[in-house]
Parts: sequence; C-alpha cells; structure tokens
Amino acid sequence: MSRAMTGAKMVVQALKDQGVEVVFGYPGGAVLPIYDEIFQQNDIKHVLVRHEQGAVHMAEGYARSTGKPGVVLVTSGPGATNAVTGLVDALMDSIPLVVFTGQVPTFMIGTDGFQEADTVGITRPCTKHNWLVKDTDKLAETIHQAFHVATSGRPGPVLIDIPKDVQFATGGYTGPKQARTDHYQPKVKGDIEAITKLVDLMETAERPIFYTGGGVINSGPGASQLLRELVDATGFPITSTLMGLGAYPASGKSWLGMLGMHGLYEANLAMHDCDLMINIGARFDDRITGRIADFSPQSKKAHIDIDASSINKVIHVDLPILGDVGHVLEDLLKVWKARGRKVNKPALDAWWGKIAGWKARNCLAYAPSTTTIKPQYALERLEALTKGRDRYITTEVGQHQMWAAQFLSFEAPNRWMTSGGLGTMGYGLPASIGVQVAHPDALVINVAGEASWLMNMQEMGTAVQFRAPVKQFILNNERLGMVRQWQQLLHGERYSQSWSEALPDFVKLAEAFGCKGIQCSDPAKLDDAIQEMLDYDGPVIFDCLVEKHENCFPMIPSGKPHNEMILGDAETEGAIGAKGAVLV
Amino acid sequence: MAALNIKKGSSSHSAYDLRDPHAQVESSHTLAVLVDNEAGVLARVIGLFSGRGYNIDSLTVAEVDHKGHRSRITIVTRGSLAVIDQIKAQLGRIVPVHEVHDLTVEGRAVERELALFKVAGTGEKRVEALRLADIFRASVVDSTLESFVFEITGTPEKIDAFADLMRPLGLIDVARTGVAALSRGV
Repeated sequence: MSRAMTGAKMVVQALKDQGVEVVFGYPGGAVLPIYDEIFQQNDIKHVLVRHEQGAVHMAEGYARSTGKPGVVLVTSGPGATNAVTGLVDALMDSIPLVVFTGQVPTFMIGTDGFQEADTVGITRPCTKHNWLVKDTDKLAETIHQAFHVATSGRPGPVLIDIPKDVQFATGGYTGPKQARTDHYQPKVKGDIEAITKLVDLMETAERPIFYTGGGVINSGPGASQLLRELVDATGFPITSTLMGLGAYPASGKSWLGMLGMHGLYEANLAMHDCDLMINIGARFDDRITGRIADFSPQSKKAHIDIDASSINKVIHVDLPILGDVGHVLEDLLKVWKARGRKVNKPALDAWWGKIAGWKARNCLAYAPSTTTIKPQYALERLEALTKGRDRYITTEVGQHQMWAAQFLSFEAPNRWMTSGGLGTMGYGLPASIGVQVAHPDALVINVAGEASWLMNMQEMGTAVQFRAPVKQFILNNERLGMVRQWQQLLHGERYSQSWSEALPDFVKLAEAFGCKGIQCSDPAKLDDAIQEMLDYDGPVIFDCLVEKHENCFPMIPSGKPHNEMILGDAETEGAIGAKGAVLV
Repeated sequence: MAALNIKKGSSSHSAYDLRDPHAQVESSHTLAVLVDNEAGVLARVIGLFSGRGYNIDSLTVAEVDHKGHRSRITIVTRGSLAVIDQIKAQLGRIVPVHEVHDLTVEGRAVERELALFKVAGTGEKRVEALRLADIFRASVVDSTLESFVFEITGTPEKIDAFADLMRPLGLIDVARTGVAALSRGV
C-alpha cells in the first residue's frame, strides 16, 4: 500500500527510510517545499553551508569517514552548478553521494526561467547516474534507486533533479523494499578459477608486492581486516596509493609506505623490481605508473577490481579478477590456506633484504632548521603529539597533502580524507567539517596550505555555527608550493603567479569568525602551539609559518619510470625532459 | 561480463589472453547496446564517446521493445583492440545499459543500412541513373521530370558504391539511417 503525500514530504520520508541522519545543504527558491518539510521534523539534521561546493565536500568527508552515503540538498541553477566540482571530485574518488537539486517547475523547463539550468545535462558526465523526476508518483522509488546505485558496485555520486511542482504535487510513496533495484546488481564474487590462479602465482613468487588502493577502503572495514590478515600471513610487502592509506596499518611490519609520484623510494623501487604485483582496488593512475612503457617491466600483474573498465585501461594485466575486494580477499585467503599457506620463503627473505637496502636510503630525510619551521618537521610534530589518538585527517591539495601522506601514519581505514583523483584545492576544510559532523567527539584536523584553504574558507562559518571543533593546520609558505616547485624544475625558476600576495591575518580571521587563531613561526615553540590547538575545545585556525621554498621529495619526474626517482634538490638539474614537460 | 565479451562473473581469462594487447591496428567494430528507453540515455552514450575521445562512424537508435521500454543502439566505431575493449567496458558501466554486444567478434552478423538518394538530371544521365538503380535493387520513391528519389537498402559498402555511381549522374542529396545489425543464427 502506498501512502499519499507531497513530493517534498517524500524526500524527507525517503531519507528517513534510508537511515540518513544528516543533510548538507543550502536553501533556495526551487527547493523551498523540501526545506519546509525539513523545518517540520527533527529526525534529520540539516547542516547549513556557506557555498554549495562546501556542502558536497562535507558530504564527501562524511561518507569517507563513515562508509555511508553523504546527502546534499541544493537549489536549482547556481545551487546545482556550484555543486559540480564536488560531484566530479566524488566521481573520481568513488565516493557515494546522493545529491538533490531543485529545478524550475516542469512547465517552465526549457524557457530559460529564473535560476534554471540543465542540471541533468551538466551533471551527466559528473555523476555515476542522475535523474530528472517529472512525476511525483515516481519520486520515492527514484530516491531509493539512487541510494542503491550510489552505494552498489563501484560507489559514486548520483543526483536527483526535482522540479518545484513535483515537490508540491501529491503522489503515492514507495518504500525502500518496494523500489525496483534488480536491474543494477554489480557482481561482487570473483571468479574462483582466477583466484586459484593468483594463489598459484603467490606460492612461487620471488619478489611479490601488494599494491592497494581506495577500493579496499570502499569495500568496508571487513576488507581492510582481510587485507591485514593476508599481508601478515604471507609476509609480502605492501604499498598503497594515496587513496588507500589506512587499509593496512602504517605500524604493520610489511608496510612500505605510499607509492607514486611523491611516494617512498622503497615502495616505488619495489614496484619496479617485483615479479608479482597484486593490485587490490587501485587503478594504475598516472601518479602511480610514471612512464607506462617502463612500469614494473618484469612482473606478472594481477588486478582485483569491481569495475571492469578499470581493468586493462592503462596497464595490461595478466590476471584480472572482477569483483568486490572484500569478497575476493575472503576467497583468496580461503584457497591459499586450504593449499597449505605456501610462500617461497627463501626468495622472500632475499626480497626483504633488497627492500631493506632501499629503506636505508631514508628518502624522507630533509635538512632540519632551528630558525624556520620546516613543513616536514611541523607534520612530524603533529604526528608525535596526536599519536595514539583516534584521529581523522583531511587535506587540501598540493605539497602539504603529499607531506601529510608521507609523514602522518594511518592505522585504520576511513581516517584519511583527501582529494586524490581530481585534486580539488578547497576540499579539506569542508571535508573536515563533514567528518566532524559524523564523529562529533573525534579529533579532526585539516592539514592545509594557505592558498588551498582560502578557496573555501567561508565554511569556517559553518564550523562555528555547528560547533564543529575542526583544527585547520595551515602550512603557510605564502606560495602555491607545488606550482612553485614545478616552475623551479620545469620553467627556469620563473615563478609565474605562484605566490600568495595580500594574505589575511589568519589569527584575526579566526577571531572574526568567532573561533581561535594561533600563529607559530618558531620551531622551538611549535610543540606548545600544536598542543594549544589540540587542547582547545572549538574550531582553530593554526597559521604555521613554514619555510617558503621547500620542495617535496622524493619525486618521480613526469614521464620517468619508478627507478628514476629524485631524492633531493641536488638531483633536480634537468630532471624533467621535454617530453615530461607536457605532462601534468 | 558481456562488456568484455567474457562470461558474466568470469575473470579467469580476459580478451587480452586471446590477442596482442599492444596491437595498434585500428579496426571497425559494430556494437549493439541494449538500454532502458529513458530520457537522456542516448546523451549518456554519446557523451561517453565524446568525453573519452572515441570515434563514432555510425549510430542508430530506436525502441525495440515498447512494453519493456528497451531501446537498441547500434554503434559502428573504430579503434585498436584495447580501445574497443575499453569502449565496451565503459558502455557496460552506464547504469541504464543492460547488454553490450560486439557483433564483429561474436560470430557473424547481418548489417543493413537504408539510404535515400536524390538524383537530378535529364536525358541520358537520367536513364543511366534509373538503370543503375535497377541493378542495385533501389526503388524509386519520388519522381519529377527532373529528379528521382531512390530508396536503397544494403550494407554500408553497397550504399557507398551506389553513391559513387550516382555522383556523376546528378546526385544532389543523400540521407542515410546508419547501420542496424543483428547476429546471425540463434
């Protein structure tokens, strides 16, 4: 039996039925009926943002730290277009979101009405799927389908565009159990024959490596648990992409650290020299592979992924396994154990010996200073002073992001939220608020650069309003650090537009927002200042004035293979050739 | 996965096991894509091709199951085998796409296209056009004293050949439907 209600009420009812606790949004003319329904209930909390892009990043932070879909509600036209960056960000990083947009009434669609935009047209390539609902009777079912699509298979953002007259009209409500979702059922179990073949390879491999990614996190905490069991039982080394940090603990004995363009020397060299690469939920992104032709030339490659289009997209693999990471790992462990837990122990010992040699290079070493705060030092101290706490880290995009990935360690999944695929400056502040809303009592820190942070700084207002005690740890070098680094390496030290002129006084800015501001420029005072930030019961903007011209190393220059990493400034001369210069 | 031309759920072998993955030779493939007939589905398919830089040589779309709201999109595309496999996998992940068939590799298929040709001329050329139309089994669907409209059905190659012959005889306009294709047998 379907109950009759207005479309606006259906939205709220469907959210309740989906177990949604919080919506990030911003009202406007075309969503007023839904906001009226939100006003008249107390089950769903609404977080009022300052800009729609912030709403989407908050929902991403919420989703990544909980594993549940994030929900966004914005109005038509500019509300929808402002959300677009967040949608693409979530699409690139496979984050489940359900975004509701208002639309002009159906009879006005196509007339260039006030605040009209072709939202489904604009967001079609920015979402996993989207819907324009023109019939109130179909609204509830569409919402339930949207949650299903967003969270099934490879997760991603979906969008539902709801014209205002559809919100006002009355129709029959369809419950989540009655909604048809049967036609979209991605396969989660991997082929057992292929899994057995992988066990064959694992038993004899001389130089194996696990290369894991965000797919492990997306598969749920169970998948991370299985991964830990598998890695520890086999004794194979493991490295992870930026997206996958925390799936295997940084304190684990087989952990090599992050790989990729700014990954660790030992991780990249092990990738280059391995004879068996087991890719679990990663996608051979260009930040990982470097020059394709020289990518891990001697290895057999297995690839576990739930998305068929990820397999063989960039790198040809020998053994594709299509399925959900958790399901595949469960079967993989079962088969490997049943066959006697075999590994090639002598070869493995020699392999670890080789890795120990690379580790001895101590690739994260930097020149310390007693007068200026080195950004690496700031992160080392942040790490030391928050060690052992259940800590959530978000970042903006740039040098600080890479340093955070290198110097902070992650012991559990869902504790690390960063814009990986799209590289969205302005992601970290709103994301940190979304995380804090999901975990009100947790320590949430946004490691930021000053330039990125300014891109969505208006959301400090949201943090203050909703008493989200997020810590904004800004590594302020008064530069667009990564851009400056590339200009130094690639463009003859012509630093075109890569400095931050006329920066605000961040302490005064904090006061203006009604939160706490701290500034520190002296390495000797840094510990106390960080402690003050951690102890403060409320949002903090921490202006950490760091060395202005520090470069982020190690680095695989564009167009170079893994074994041609540069470890420090001394090696940068002519590091990037003309071919590499056209790459980003 | 239908998209990869391997059994659904099977991953013991990929199409790459069968062919040279590095082959850069481009070939033409006819893909049949069965989709829900819902608003925007064609835009999704076309957007995928333009967004990822794939080619479309021909595209036809029409509802084929009114009750089931299913449409069939037939796409003729070209690319290296790696690109074709990627196209199929990308198509397969569009939510309203139910099946992707590569008719070029899944056994033999019948491919047909319909075209209309307007040929203007008088005297000997007009007679010659009519004679050639007869050889190609094209039928006259409109006639004035100065022009014919021929309707012709056949493979794209046959229609190309007919167009080549009509050009010197006064061809002034062509309309083609694009390829519709079905696999042979059951």
